Amino acid sequence: MYNFDFERPSTVDEAVKALQAEDAQALGGGQTLIPTLKQRLAAPAKLVSLAGIAAMRFVKTEGGKLCVGGGTPHAVVADEAAKSFPALAKLAANIGDPAVRNKGTVGGSLANNDPSACYPSAALACGATIVTNSREITADDFFQGMFETALEEGEIITEVRFPIPQAANYQKFEQPASRFALTGIFVAKYPDGVRVAVTGASGDGVFRWTEAEKALSANFSADAIAGLSVDPDGMIEDLHGSAAYRAHLVKVLTGRAVTAAR
Amino acid sequence: MPKDGHIGPATKRREDLRFLTGKGRYTDDINIRGQAYAQFLRSNVAHGRIRGVDTAAAESMPGVIRIFTGKDFEGIGGLPCGWQVTDKHGQPMLEPGHPVLAQGKVRHVGDPIAVVVAETESQARDAVEAIEVDIEELSAVVDMKAAVKEGAPLVHDDIGSNLCYDWGFVEENKAAVDEAFAKADHVTTLELVNQRLTANPMEPRVAVGDYDNTTDQHTLYTTSQNPHVIRLLMGAFVLGIPEHKLRVVAPDVGGGFGSKIFHYAEEAFVTFAAKAINRPVKWTSSRSEAFLSDAQGRDHVTKIQLALDKQGHFQALRTETYANMGAYLSTFAPSVPTWLHGTLMAGNYKTPLIYVNVKAVFTNTVPVDAYRGAGRPEATYQLERVIDKAAREMGIDPIELRRKNFVTEFPYATPVAVEYDTGDYEATMAKLEEIADLKGFEARAAESKKNGKLRGLGVNCYIEACGIAPSHLVGQLGARAGLYESATVRVNATGSLTVMTGSHSHGQGHETAFPQVVADMIGIDPSMIEIVHGDTANTPMGMGTYGSRSLAVGGSAIVRATNKIIDKAKKIAAHLLEASEADIELKDGKFSVSGTDKSVDWAGVTLAAYVPHNYPLESLEPGLEETAFYDPSNFTYPSGAYACEVEVDPDTGKVTICSFAAADDFGNIVNPMIVDGQVHGGIGQGIGQALLENTVYDENGQLLSASYMDYAMPRASDVPFYTVDHSCQTPCTHNPLGVKGCGEAGAIGSPPAVVNAVVDALRRGGHDVTHIDMPLSPARVWEAMQK
Repeated sequence: MYNFDFERPSTVDEAVKALQAEDAQALGGGQTLIPTLKQRLAAPAKLVSLAGIAAMRFVKTEGGKLCVGGGTPHAVVADEAAKSFPALAKLAANIGDPAVRNKGTVGGSLANNDPSACYPSAALACGATIVTNSREITADDFFQGMFETALEEGEIITEVRFPIPQAANYQKFEQPASRFALTGIFVAKYPDGVRVAVTGASGDGVFRWTEAEKALSANFSADAIAGLSVDPDGMIEDLHGSAAYRAHLVKVLTGRAVTAAR
Repeated sequence: MPKDGHIGPATKRREDLRFLTGKGRYTDDINIRGQAYAQFLRSNVAHGRIRGVDTAAAESMPGVIRIFTGKDFEGIGGLPCGWQVTDKHGQPMLEPGHPVLAQGKVRHVGDPIAVVVAETESQARDAVEAIEVDIEELSAVVDMKAAVKEGAPLVHDDIGSNLCYDWGFVEENKAAVDEAFAKADHVTTLELVNQRLTANPMEPRVAVGDYDNTTDQHTLYTTSQNPHVIRLLMGAFVLGIPEHKLRVVAPDVGGGFGSKIFHYAEEAFVTFAAKAINRPVKWTSSRSEAFLSDAQGRDHVTKIQLALDKQGHFQALRTETYANMGAYLSTFAPSVPTWLHGTLMAGNYKTPLIYVNVKAVFTNTVPVDAYRGAGRPEATYQLERVIDKAAREMGIDPIELRRKNFVTEFPYATPVAVEYDTGDYEATMAKLEEIADLKGFEARAAESKKNGKLRGLGVNCYIEACGIAPSHLVGQLGARAGLYESATVRVNATGSLTVMTGSHSHGQGHETAFPQVVADMIGIDPSMIEIVHGDTANTPMGMGTYGSRSLAVGGSAIVRATNKIIDKAKKIAAHLLEASEADIELKDGKFSVSGTDKSVDWAGVTLAAYVPHNYPLESLEPGLEETAFYDPSNFTYPSGAYACEVEVDPDTGKVTICSFAAADDFGNIVNPMIVDGQVHGGIGQGIGQALLENTVYDENGQLLSASYMDYAMPRASDVPFYTVDHSCQTPCTHNPLGVKGCGEAGAIGSPPAVVNAVVDALRRGGHDVTHIDMPLSPARVWEAMQK
């Protein structure tokens, strides 16, 4: 780790101001950033911790939406969304280990947009709204490729609003070492159609499997996608699985998610 | 040994109180006043010529005390290799130098080039980044078969070849073996990879060097399994420090699995630097550094062939193995694929003719050396896999085929130079059938099928040679060390005992098990006995802990020293009781004159030894302290039969281990709970190898599995509750405890059981799969199902 200055503001406004400093970096739960700093792969001049902003920690339902404060740890979501949005609660409950879940936050996960993280698939499949200190961004516009998002420099995710689906399920197939998603599928069924988001598989990060969405909107059963196939082109290929394997998992896990959706 | 004494009960481990309450004292807990910190600059290319190392900018950085480069080590000895293998032509292996810091060339990613010693670890790291290294990158060799082809880049230019040795065993038998193959009714061939593993002990390596310029005394605190070996190797061969001026301390050590046997550059460096700057110097490995600098394990590519007659009797076996040495010869590396591997190729079976060929190869990768089992897992894996394949090809039940070929009479001299003293392979197999409920397998398989899963059963046997080792024998085989063990038993005046052992405990429970042995012999409570280990200043010259040797060899030394104590104590008792020594009996801590009610208790005798007022001083020295060395006359041969049941998800290839049963024969058992724990840990590591772990380099020699994000360690949820049994006991015939050793068995016996089970599951699912290389990751299993 290199030396850096550290600030821990208690309001969003103070945080936004603090982040205007040169080479300032927001720190959510630190579950990606701290290991990166320890390996000396990042050298921010200043870290602005968002952990002291009480107004960014909440889970509530409002107008058919589950609203989660950007600084809410996974463990809190797992606990407090268990009744209102069980599929999301279960996703949160299976991220990392207890230490990760008690520190890592939904805002941090979405802002980082790791191609194998769990949360981006839920946000995209639900058509969530990502609320920042300055605007609202739809999930379809938010994710812009591996580790890339629509966030501007110094912009903070203050809240994420997930429209609560009629039925949903997340299927995570774990990468054996990291236990991130080797492939993860979030299926969400709404009155106006089904959305399917895929994480872990693509070199471009989370994406929607629109072909499956169409088929499932017409017939919400695993059979509906039996005839479909996923193009391995552009899928991640690494020690833990080929592009073809990931493409295959997308289909298998989508079927399972549909069958398990509640 | 008596079953009602202190040998046999599952005494709880006394060391666990400090380990579980955070009070262990590990090397990193040692901080010496005035200590400076070392950080290594390591090569980020696998192969290159060093054109220059510019430390000028780094020298002026805050806190920098001194920067060392290869120049500082010119003329200083390199890290020695402790075993010389002779090749099939009678020539010694090629033995390149292994400098403490790179001289002229770097040969693997992680090869140390320079070291900064600074006031703080952070300042040392900053300065490391400021060192400018000019390296001409050379083509790297990673693949072993490519490395031995004509024209391949040379890892070591001066030795002219990447082939360390080409070993034939037993070379004189080769023609007879080939002839048997030519005549055989059936030949089964299997090509497989025993993949490279990283040991990953929970505690990374640490070394602290200290120097006292008033006495010229060096002290090295290090995470070692064998401090005396490090003192000898580093003192005599690297730094030229005689033993009386060098103390090596290995305090609590958080796991080794072999990787902490070897002498490493960092140990020599901190010892050297402490004198050079006249301050203590500490180095603590990060986990990332451990992946690049701890010796790795396995990495064999093998072709094995088994010849059988029509009835399935083994006629002959031959193998050809490429064994990766990495970029340098680590301390005991040459012995692993040869004498710890070839000698085990008979397994539990009466194969009359065996020929083993091993080509050891240098590549631009981290050095490879012993890792839990060391050579024996590689032998067991290939043998038990080829037997399973042969059984399928011939339509014989795999268990039946094994039984048909079991060695049944002991002692048994194998065609590969070892003699099994005792064993009962039928007994462990029968026990396995019982504890694994093999009869119920088909019903369980049907149930799995209903749930859409493919269930498979894998069974195998194993034998290992451990209790390492008879010095005269290993000396003939090229070892440059003896492999005895030592013990000093010091009886204190009031009757308590301090036992100083040359064995080293880094998880094995010596502090509990060794007192059980001594307490049993004297008939006193184990709490009266304290074990001291790990410090060359207060223990006799010992060879340390590896090769499942501590109880069989170290324990035997303790028995021998304790017997000397008892003999002398009886003389004292005879004097006190005015009786003949021959009439003195020791029972339950009391000396009595047989046939009388005259007695003196243990403490009465020990007090007399140190307060010799009424004592036969003219014929007996006062005091009660004895040292003994024990050199075994043979290896010990633990054996057993293992069964694994798996379920494979046909859609994803994911393997779930449903059950794992182990029936082991470890001879006599001192503490069954510790044995259970050793077997559990070993099986856990074996399952790790079978399903998860893999050390992977790309074609340029970059390590791809360089963190836990990509190196998959087994976790609790990856393993089942084990069923282990060690009630089959054929005591070792040549050590006084009749014990065989249990530390490596689990890791040796379990990988083939898992792989056999997965192959069985896939075949039951209609897939024509004969083999999948480890680790059997979901992706690999799925790919095998697509063919």
